[in-house]
Amino acid sequence: MGRFKHFIFIAVLTALSTVGLRALFEVILALPTAASAEARPIDQLFNGHYWMIAFLFSLIMVMMLYSIFVFRRKAGDETDGPHIHGNTALEVGWTIVPTFVVISFGVWGAVVLNDITRPKTDEMVVDVVAKQWVWSFAYPEEDGLVAGELVLPVNQPVLLKMNSEDVLHSFWVPEFRVKQDLVPGRTTQLRITPTEEGEYQLRCAEICGLSHTQMVADVRVVSETEYVAWVEERSQQPAFADMTPEERGAFWASAQGFGCIGCHSNDGSPGAGPTWQGLYLRQEQLADGSTVTADEAYITNSIYNPNDQIVTGFNANIMPQNYLDQFTAREQEILAAEGVEISIVDDLIAYIKTLE
Amino acid sequence: MLRALGIILTSGLTRGLIGQIAGTALGYLFIAGLRSLRGLPTEWPYEPALAFGAIIGVIGFLLGAGVLTDWLKWIIGKRTPLRHGAPEGKPAWSRYLNVDYNHKVIGIQYGISSVFILLVGGLFAILFRLELAQPGMQWLSNDQYNTLFSAHGIVMIAAMLAGVAAMVNYLVPLMIGASDMAFPRLNAFSYWVSLPAVFLILGGMAIGGWDTGWVGYATLSLRAPIGVMLFLMGFYIIGFSSIAGSINVLVTVATMRAKGMTLFRMPIFVWAAIATSIIQMTATQTVGVALTMTVAERVIGLNFFDPAGGGNPILYQHLFWFYSHPVVYVFVLPGLGIIGELLPVFARKPLFGYRWVALSSLAIALVGFLVWAHHMFTSGMADALRVPFMFSTMLVAVPTGVKFFSWIATIWEGKLPPRPPTPLLFVFGAISIFLIGGVTGPILGTIPTDLHLHDSYWVVGHFHATMFGGFIFPFFAAIYYWYPKISGRMYNETLGRLHFWLMLPAFWVMSIGQMSVGLLGMRRRVADYDPALGIETTQLLITLAALVIGWSVLIMIYNLASSTRLERAAESNPWGSRSPEWQIPGRIPELNYDVPFEVVGDPYDYGLEGAVYTQNVAPLPVPSGD
Repeated sequence: MGRFKHFIFIAVLTALSTVGLRALFEVILALPTAASAEARPIDQLFNGHYWMIAFLFSLIMVMMLYSIFVFRRKAGDETDGPHIHGNTALEVGWTIVPTFVVISFGVWGAVVLNDITRPKTDEMVVDVVAKQWVWSFAYPEEDGLVAGELVLPVNQPVLLKMNSEDVLHSFWVPEFRVKQDLVPGRTTQLRITPTEEGEYQLRCAEICGLSHTQMVADVRVVSETEYVAWVEERSQQPAFADMTPEERGAFWASAQGFGCIGCHSNDGSPGAGPTWQGLYLRQEQLADGSTVTADEAYITNSIYNPNDQIVTGFNANIMPQNYLDQFTAREQEILAAEGVEISIVDDLIAYIKTLE
Repeated sequence: MLRALGIILTSGLTRGLIGQIAGTALGYLFIAGLRSLRGLPTEWPYEPALAFGAIIGVIGFLLGAGVLTDWLKWIIGKRTPLRHGAPEGKPAWSRYLNVDYNHKVIGIQYGISSVFILLVGGLFAILFRLELAQPGMQWLSNDQYNTLFSAHGIVMIAAMLAGVAAMVNYLVPLMIGASDMAFPRLNAFSYWVSLPAVFLILGGMAIGGWDTGWVGYATLSLRAPIGVMLFLMGFYIIGFSSIAGSINVLVTVATMRAKGMTLFRMPIFVWAAIATSIIQMTATQTVGVALTMTVAERVIGLNFFDPAGGGNPILYQHLFWFYSHPVVYVFVLPGLGIIGELLPVFARKPLFGYRWVALSSLAIALVGFLVWAHHMFTSGMADALRVPFMFSTMLVAVPTGVKFFSWIATIWEGKLPPRPPTPLLFVFGAISIFLIGGVTGPILGTIPTDLHLHDSYWVVGHFHATMFGGFIFPFFAAIYYWYPKISGRMYNETLGRLHFWLMLPAFWVMSIGQMSVGLLGMRRRVADYDPALGIETTQLLITLAALVIGWSVLIMIYNLASSTRLERAAESNPWGSRSPEWQIPGRIPELNYDVPFEVVGDPYDYGLEGAVYTQNVAPLPVPSGD
């Protein structure tokens, strides 16, 4: 037996430990539910990696602990260990074998990547727009419907065309497994085929400034009929001319409008900008020490020239400074489409007045 | 007491700080003055003035500390011989607060700074971990949270670079038989310039913080609060320190080795120091470029990254990661060198496959340059780029594997002590933790799995394991191992073991916990999380583990500080090492080897009857040093 006996022990212990660890991973390294077609091959690759992690960790730890406990110096032994300098065959072996293993994993990864990024037939396009700190989703195939939540029909391949208006953001729904940054100045793409109906959360995964943590959106995967009904309902959006200024104001504030809600809460919760709850006629303490009453003139100026009057405790340069242009463009669109002149700023103020 | 206070108040450190504050004010007021000449008001904080002030402040620190004095004297033609030994009429400890050119003093300065900066960075981590212990926002705002995690990252990088420099500075000249580094003044400069850099970063927190993380991605960095400015400049200056230090190490090893010390007869740590220095010298420039471009875009409106003006935000990521990926090997290679250095001593066996281990350091350094884009797998770059970077990334596992297998083969059938002393415990801890970091890497390397894990807490767990296993644990092992030679006293073994047995399990819990919550959907760099993720218990455990790690490090600091008075005097060679520095009787003299040695054998011939590594040769005249 001699030295050979050690290797049998090592093999047995490593095998037991590998299986044990792999079982443990089911608990401590569990993945969330898989809810997309992409998740299936990705989770298979996860499984392959988990086995490799369990094996390599076991192999090294078993051999290290074995050396620590079995070979340790016996009482009274003052001699040195055997004078072994190395073994070229071993060195070549543990260079070549891992090289093949990692290249195999690389090939596996490339195949899966190819599979999940391949254009599918009959894809539905959704335009995703992110800005600090709000998501919006436009459905060009549904007459330009815009929503603040992402609603997708189950088993329908989706191509997300994504843009950012300001800084990097990242689209991540853990149940879908895939992730893609949104980059200002270019369009990035992500393909998803949701397979499980349910409610999920989209969370921005790339640090995007102050309220990165709160940059989330609801994702709903629904049946084909529910989807059609949802589109129907959303498309019945009354003409702007038929809405009250307060209703329009609430619409402009939402993610479908200009996303004000991303920074200015309507319920008093903190955000990157002052809450709108109780804002109208509130005394605002400004950073330069003065106080101002939040009347129509102040609110209008704060929307068009946000750096003019900064409220104490908030930072300048966070809010976009081009809302005058954005509003004017939108107002002209509505004038062209519905023949009515509306004022988005007045709508917003009307809405703010309702938030007491 | 009063005298000690006087020495502290007139020390280079204090003078430097005053110089930095005065320089910053001067630079700021200069710009404000120029503006007022044109009738423009300058409201605090005005960014271009602050940027200029920051530069003048760093120069002020260097002038105040006195690290430029010799060079300035040379300009006017004065000769300044190198002074050796402790300053006359002052206690020996005052050397460490002043500019000193001895590599061992600089090594200790780096070491103490490193531990101190680690504590600062660790404190930041504890503060935001307390916030994450429960879902919901408890006591930090988004703003404070973002500043804390951003500062934690860059402060820890400063601490690790200082720790690496500490080990390299102290050990490399000793191991190769040199009396000092090749350029002692440049060596002091490298150390002293890193301090104002750290103060700049802390100043950035003081004037309102920033929210970009340590990566400072464009375009967020262009809109971030003004604190980001001082962060960018501090980062830049740290890079400066790094480049200067690495040139010194490379020249020292190339030209100052003892007679007979061929490359393959150097202690293995020296190989690690070479590999690290090559990376530092060749990669740091690109991050310097990226940081300079960001500063220029913010302050003077040059347009590199903002797409609104035709820039490209992804360009920043390429420039940034071309340095910032290799830099992780700067942190870990010296640590892995320490593991390779200590294992043969305790196992009483030669280092298995010495040449393979030595060359694997260079291989890691080389492959490390070809993998940076794996940090950008989700950035939106073309698949034609992603896939090659996936393969190069996977290949890093090969030389890393060579190291693991060689360590195991070294202790296989070795005579490890039945009750391992603290340094050896930390080496075992390092191997187990670096192993966690290592085996959790390839899953990030294959793109499909990375698409889920990218920017999640899995990444946080993975890189903390590589940093703790590759740097923190070996660094602590090195501190305990060389402490007897440095201080002349033994450390307290009980406290050392306590430190280890608190820190190791706590780290395992922390790291595995982080990976677990990451898989379930916990993003990086968030101040809060959704209780629906089902990760509350794990988050609490991670916070508790972080607290235990923090306390255990305080135990080490108490141990190191108190043992200089409380513990017994150390023997000359308590571990029975063959390395030349341990052959010096007692503490190490000012110029290292009173009697030069020559190398006549291999460094790790434990177990070979009559094998000799170094033997003394007749003394040579001491070089004058100027």
